[in-house]
Amino acid sequence: MKKRRNIRLLLHAKLQSFSKLKNFRGYKKGEWTGFYFVLPSFLGVIIFMLLPFCDVLRRSFLGAVSGTWVGLENYRTIFDNTAFRLAAGNTLRFEMVCIPLLLLISLLVALVLDDKLKCTQLLKSCFLVPMAIPVASIVLLWRALFHERGMFSGFLHFLNLPGEDWMNTPWAFWILVFSYVWKNLGYDVVLWMAGLAGIPANLYEAAQVDGAGKWQCFWHITLPNLLPSLFTITVLSILNSFKVFREAYLVAGNYPHESMYLLQHLFNNWYRDLSMDKMSAAAVINAGVIFLLVLLLKRAWDFGER
Amino acid sequence: MKRKIILFLLAFLAFVAVYPICFLFTGALMGKGEWSQSLAAMSGDSGYVQFPLLPLFPTLKSYVELLLDSPEFFVMFWNSVKLAGGILFGQFLFGVPAAWGFAKGHFPFRKGLFTVYILLMMMPFQVLMLSDYLILDQFHLLDTHLGIILLSAFSTFPVFIMYRFFDGVPDALIDAAKLDGASSLQVFLYVGIPLGSPGIISAMVLGFLEYWNMIEQPMTFLKSKELWPLSLYLPNISLEEAGAAFAASVMALIPAIFVFMAGQDYLEKGIVAAAIKE
Repeated sequence: MKKRRNIRLLLHAKLQSFSKLKNFRGYKKGEWTGFYFVLPSFLGVIIFMLLPFCDVLRRSFLGAVSGTWVGLENYRTIFDNTAFRLAAGNTLRFEMVCIPLLLLISLLVALVLDDKLKCTQLLKSCFLVPMAIPVASIVLLWRALFHERGMFSGFLHFLNLPGEDWMNTPWAFWILVFSYVWKNLGYDVVLWMAGLAGIPANLYEAAQVDGAGKWQCFWHITLPNLLPSLFTITVLSILNSFKVFREAYLVAGNYPHESMYLLQHLFNNWYRDLSMDKMSAAAVINAGVIFLLVLLLKRAWDFGER
Repeated sequence: MKRKIILFLLAFLAFVAVYPICFLFTGALMGKGEWSQSLAAMSGDSGYVQFPLLPLFPTLKSYVELLLDSPEFFVMFWNSVKLAGGILFGQFLFGVPAAWGFAKGHFPFRKGLFTVYILLMMMPFQVLMLSDYLILDQFHLLDTHLGIILLSAFSTFPVFIMYRFFDGVPDALIDAAKLDGASSLQVFLYVGIPLGSPGIISAMVLGFLEYWNMIEQPMTFLKSKELWPLSLYLPNISLEEAGAAFAASVMALIPAIFVFMAGQDYLEKGIVAAAIKE
């Protein structure tokens, strides 16, 4: 492993000196050629994303009706808004529950699959399939499952337990968590398996020679080596968690049970009321939170590189 | 023994993961009598929904009704194709060169610009919803397919995925091509694209699964129902027409599953590319 890297470095150094000599180098430093390739896309990004977002930023300081400068008034309004607090609290709670749950389950599955089972590929495909199933097509199943007289209630009835109209109880939150884990399990398993594959086999061999058991190997080699992956997988999972709104919305509509009223519902409802002031302030705050998350992710990447 | 238990658990989990597909296919093969009996409990107050694993009396009636008697289905299906196809084409047209430029260029502010791209790729739809609305309103593109296609064509996520793959193209090859007198454009077309094609396919597979499933954008920006894609039409089918809902769901599922099966290797590569730096 190390030897190969050394050879690569050597090759690289040779190439560089060669390029300097001949003044050839893919695209030279400080040269704008590469930029022309980026330009069309960048123009689109400016027109369709950056400029409008600046406009949103500006609007977040303006009054809704008057259109005059109101400073931080809008921000104060949304923080006093009970719906915003409920939605932000729920979203936070959702993240705190489902991310650790998903990470743990997917890690366990990845560890088992990594053991070179005969059917690893088949099982991995099964876990990835939910990514391909359009949310809209499972709405019917969700209804049939969690209806008061649905399959889940029927199962509980079989165990002599009472059924409920699940989507209208605090259980709705857990159904959402379940949907999220169901949808993203395969994605995270693939990520964990890539992380596991990156751990050099000779580490395990050396440990086994020194008489380390399976658990010791796991605690002292596998886990520490997965740490860089953990950061990135966490952040990617959080980003995927925003998409759970699709399930929530399609199954329960604009005003679901309050245990699963997420920030996305709130945005949607504000959009229908055209509450520009509140929306823009909330968008700016959300963008800020995501910005922090991305910084974390970047640090994780740099960390992984070292 | 322990191994067997673990395997059994895994198999059970895998079954849960794929069950929705069985549910849809089974439902779509049932006749009206059968599915209405299975789902009867949802409209009455006795008994529970009991869904068989396989239909007792399989029939293609639901498909026939859907394909022959509901022209609106074709409109929706075609809308979905148009949206997903347009977006992927746009992403290919703008995203591939951009990814190449980021991976192999050395222009000033490259790193800063790329960070902006990463930031934008992470923003959930709701954060950009208002700005999207403002810009579409400005260009009078609200309630058009073109507006939605344009918004997503400049998505920065595929650029990021493809960047990871282009990054692996050896500089030596580019140098060699240049030595032979190739222009920058030729290098891109004859070295970059062929060697980066796994990345392009990965981005397209991920993109198709995403946009075939698009819900937020059309829901927010398309008012006219005749412009809606399949993904918005399906949830609005009432229980009385469950047969059509089953068949339509299967029809929506088939392209996605097809792309999934054909591109699973690329899908996995794409997922990994976003997370692990090589």
